[in-house]
Amino acid sequence: MENFTPLSATAGGALIGISVTLLLLFNGRIGGISGIMSGVYLATKNDRIWRLIFIVGLVLGAFIFQLLKPNFNIPRQNYPLLLLGLGGFLVGFGTRMGSGCTSGHGICGIAILSIRSLIATLTFMATGMITVYIIRHSLELIA
Amino acid sequence: MKQNLIALLCGIIFGIGLSLSQMINPNKVLNFLDVTGNWDPSLIFVMMGALAVAFVSFKWILKRPSPIIAESFHVSRKSSIDKPLILGAAIFGIGWGMSGYCPGPAVSGLGLLSLESVIIVVAIYLGFFACNRFFEQK
Repeated sequence: MENFTPLSATAGGALIGISVTLLLLFNGRIGGISGIMSGVYLATKNDRIWRLIFIVGLVLGAFIFQLLKPNFNIPRQNYPLLLLGLGGFLVGFGTRMGSGCTSGHGICGIAILSIRSLIATLTFMATGMITVYIIRHSLELIA
Repeated sequence: MKQNLIALLCGIIFGIGLSLSQMINPNKVLNFLDVTGNWDPSLIFVMMGALAVAFVSFKWILKRPSPIIAESFHVSRKSSIDKPLILGAAIFGIGWGMSGYCPGPAVSGLGLLSLESVIIVVAIYLGFFACNRFFEQK
């Protein structure tokens, strides 16, 4: 567990909590990223702009942080393209079908004590763990 | 206009949160999911940090008749535990474990100007489109 970073993890998590709080308090919206992403093309015209702007902010936030602390997060390189591409496809398909991701179900849903979101969160964590076990330890596709 | 400014601010804070917690680093996420390997429990602390704030604030906010600058709250009150929920979450988890990305870090990763995040974002959108097509035709 030498890479365990509880303090920065909790502080970063609190910032995410503040972000979803402000979005609900001012705009009445749930800060679920998969819903915001798909809403960019699925929502009605008036509802698209804020989603696009939120996404720009998301990119900008990471960009600003990277400028200030360039060695804190180093982009991964040479990851197997098949795992990346197929994995991303399943992330998109699954979050659409299950109406949410780590932020929508895992944070916002659990925050309002939604059993539905809790079940979804436990499910994607379980299948995520099984998948990593298979690709790292059974098939040894990645280190 | 005001709502767009809030959206921008919230996006920026979210992106900084993902960076500070290193959830923007897909290998750190994979190390969380790797319970039998060199396990890194940090992701649990990210969720607890976020939940500690949202649990208290959401309860308080949802007592209001309406949000501050919008007409109404858009909060799903759906409670059914149905097949699409479970199957969708299971499929999402498999993709998460394969790639190390969930949607938030995938998008904000574009801010690191890496090729990987472009590929993952395009792949996620293809997954969205495919899911919509699949369920439209049924």
